[in-house]
Amino acid sequence: MARPGPSRGTLHVGRYFGALALLLVVLYSIVLLAGPGGKPLTPKLGLDLQGGASVILQPKTQPKGDQLQTAVDIINRRVNGLGVAEAEVVTQGNNIVVSVPGGSRDSIKSLATTAQLRFREVLQSAAGSPQAAQPTATATPKASGTPSANPSASPSAAVVTPATPAATPSATANSRALSKGLLAAGTPSPSASPSASPAPSASGQTGVRSGDPYTPQAFAALDCSKPTARTGGSNDAPNQQIVSCSQDGQVKYHLDVAKVVGTDVKGATATTNPTTGQWEIVVSFTGEGQRKFSDLTAATLGKQVAIVLDGVTISAPTIQSRIDGDAQITGSFDQKSAQDLANTLKYGALPLSFQPGQVEIISPTLGKDQLHAGLLAGGIGLIAVVIYSLLYYRALGVVTIASLLLSGLLVYAFVTILGKQIGFALSLAGIAGLIVAVGITADSFVVFFERLKDEIKEGRTPRSSVDRAWVRARRTILSADTVSLLAAIILYFVSVGGVRGFAFTLGLSTLLDVVVVFLFTRPLVSWLSRFAWFSNHKWTGFYGPDGGAPVTRPPSRAASSSRPVASNPEV
Amino acid sequence: MGLVSRLYRGETSFPLIHKRKTFYAISVALVLICLASMAFRGFNVGEEFKGGASFQFPAKGVSVAEARTVIADLGVHDPTVQTVGTASGATDLRVTTGPLTQPQIDSITNGIAAKFQVNPNDITESNVGPSWGKQVTNKALQGLVMFLIAVIIYISIRFEPKMAIAAIVALFHDLILTAGIYSITQFVVTPSTVIALLTVLGYSLYDTIVVFDKVEENTRGLAGRSTQTYSEAAELAVNQTFMRSINTSLIALLPVSGLLFVGAFLLRAGTLKDLALALFVGLASGAYSSLFLATPLLADLKEREPQYKALTQRVLARRSGSVAKSGSSFQQRAAARAAGTPLPVAATADAAEEEGDPVAVPPSSPASGAGRRPGGQPARKSNKGGRPGRPSGKRRR
Repeated sequence: MARPGPSRGTLHVGRYFGALALLLVVLYSIVLLAGPGGKPLTPKLGLDLQGGASVILQPKTQPKGDQLQTAVDIINRRVNGLGVAEAEVVTQGNNIVVSVPGGSRDSIKSLATTAQLRFREVLQSAAGSPQAAQPTATATPKASGTPSANPSASPSAAVVTPATPAATPSATANSRALSKGLLAAGTPSPSASPSASPAPSASGQTGVRSGDPYTPQAFAALDCSKPTARTGGSNDAPNQQIVSCSQDGQVKYHLDVAKVVGTDVKGATATTNPTTGQWEIVVSFTGEGQRKFSDLTAATLGKQVAIVLDGVTISAPTIQSRIDGDAQITGSFDQKSAQDLANTLKYGALPLSFQPGQVEIISPTLGKDQLHAGLLAGGIGLIAVVIYSLLYYRALGVVTIASLLLSGLLVYAFVTILGKQIGFALSLAGIAGLIVAVGITADSFVVFFERLKDEIKEGRTPRSSVDRAWVRARRTILSADTVSLLAAIILYFVSVGGVRGFAFTLGLSTLLDVVVVFLFTRPLVSWLSRFAWFSNHKWTGFYGPDGGAPVTRPPSRAASSSRPVASNPEV
Repeated sequence: MGLVSRLYRGETSFPLIHKRKTFYAISVALVLICLASMAFRGFNVGEEFKGGASFQFPAKGVSVAEARTVIADLGVHDPTVQTVGTASGATDLRVTTGPLTQPQIDSITNGIAAKFQVNPNDITESNVGPSWGKQVTNKALQGLVMFLIAVIIYISIRFEPKMAIAAIVALFHDLILTAGIYSITQFVVTPSTVIALLTVLGYSLYDTIVVFDKVEENTRGLAGRSTQTYSEAAELAVNQTFMRSINTSLIALLPVSGLLFVGAFLLRAGTLKDLALALFVGLASGAYSSLFLATPLLADLKEREPQYKALTQRVLARRSGSVAKSGSSFQQRAAARAAGTPLPVAATADAAEEEGDPVAVPPSSPASGAGRRPGGQPARKSNKGGRPGRPSGKRRR
């Protein structure tokens, strides 16, 4: 096709097609080769097309600074903690969107809860699950001030190694440093319990969950070995006594009302203790918080205070003395677990709590079905456009069809590659955007062809009309596409939820429309205009000035040599 | 020649601007009806806006009435149960309720699974907090405002401020009409509807710009001549782009009707239907408004400019002197078109083109016409709005 035109100054059609071919080759080599295991990439489908669970978390208050990003980090960690593959946590405006492709309802439930930190006195504790060994140190609401009778020893009976803080102020065998009287018991690292955590029964009947209000029955029924029981949290009301699991599920607690809450915490940092070299977490309080914390520690001398996050006890140190300054939580931390806990405390301290704006769980069947519906709608729309173009532009309709096909190829490649590169997932709204964009792509031909029609009607030869029509149509196409793109970009950046997918595909198609029209449609029409049939109004529907065939008379040849129409500067 | 055939050949001469008062009246009436409906009838807002939950699961022969009883027994007040289609031809049941708590949702999911023997994984559920819809709406409004500002700036630079005003008025017309249809028919308004409404913005302007582009071309250098008033040139432009405009709108509507068909008749509920309906109404309204509202409005605005006032007087004076015998330019052109003959050389821009090209010696086009024009520079400036290197320059030969 790359033949140079018959006369000087004619459009070098081959160059355009060459550029286009190059673009396609590059795109499709990425698509075909970049997939995992050498398999072709496929577009990344949104949850509504493949099934899965998603939740949009709305902050209840206006986030400041990097609060939102911090929240994303912790939620990310939580999601990863749940062992969910491919989960995605992103921000949209002030919202956080968590989507778990193929996820079930359980996978996101806990994410909707917020990081709420509470300090509660431990009134009673027991082994995490009924079937576990009876707590040896049935220490119950131990009123005794003797640190040795510390109930936090009980979990050790269950399994946990670093238990037995033995309450002695000195560092114990577990290399547990104590400072300012606050001592970490239980395992602070969230990844602890390898043994007990996997829920043995698939029954999944959630009974009492960590964070639920305390009743003796609830405390008895709480089975901390079930992960679902430990995801609790939603009803962790500060003014109620609650039942709570330790993070590893080994211990369950009956906890008093919260005396210090997350908003009382000013900050938390992970540091190494200069003397012991151990990782520890320093918690600082606000003025009011400091007073409350001092009161709490004064009232709970020798007892355990649970640090509760979202209803789950992450640590239950024993209070050795009234604390008037920062609290230090020490234990067998490594750098990561210490920083995690510090972050967790900080997050809990943030006044940023979320509510689920929208929770969606889409069954894989429905997802597949929606995909089919979208494709069907697209198919119907495309066929309608094809029929219309053939009726209206007759043989030139073929140009429309070819351009639409090409546009489709480009869009598919881009959607696929962007799915891999930036994680763009095609949703149903996105498919709708693509379908609507068929109209935009076709519009460009209409503008071009109608211009062509005008020119031919005004008495130009079809050949010379193509270039004139193009120069004029180009302006219109660019103006109109600009507005369309403007709409898409603004929609994308301002909007939330499904609107984004729609805006994305709409904008993408609009951009590709420009590519197709410039690199394909226009050169193609220019090339076709060299054939005789192009001058036949029966083929094209383009009538000459007298309402019949376009002007093709010999004078036009003479005229065209004197009128360098074809040498109009291109593009 | 029949109307269709004339349409096809772009040879119509509808007095769109001549009769603009009629079209204004129609638009104002429609807008008022829509506003009244919005004020008094309000909207039928979906559960996404009020907050609420919905469940969809395979019907498997369970009837709507049965399902309603069972769901009500699960402690849900006043559930809405409907059947919806699927692309595979199966029928699903869709239950919509007011806001529910998580435990309630769990019990309903479990209940549905147990009572209808549905695999819990086949149940699609959605739970929307009451403030979510508000956020979507607020964001949409925010987007609308930003978009309007951006578009006003763009059109003002690309064309001219008065075109921006006319285009925006047409845009509001389309938005109000689309929203009004939703209010009048009480179709459910969902976030998807809002998306569609926002898209209508883009389309409405797309269409308007196609027409304005031609208006601008036809009126370039007009003020320096005395052949044609601005309104006449604009009317000619509307007629020249009439088929193009209808074509672009039709072609845009075709894929949307695909969406509408699948959404409304096959699935009967959901994103596709919500999107398609608003798009369909909005696009149709957009096609109407760019021809019948935006351009007449533009002509009205432009006729107020001193230079075009003067032009109109000149043209009328000239016409009453020489050309008047053959009637007004409107009738003249209409007659010429009806007779299927090219326009008399007299007045129009395209006539000027035909006169020069390709037969006659002085090569001409609107641009070359500008070259001939005696001292029409100021008008040209105001039209160009400071775009020195635009492609149209290449049109000159």
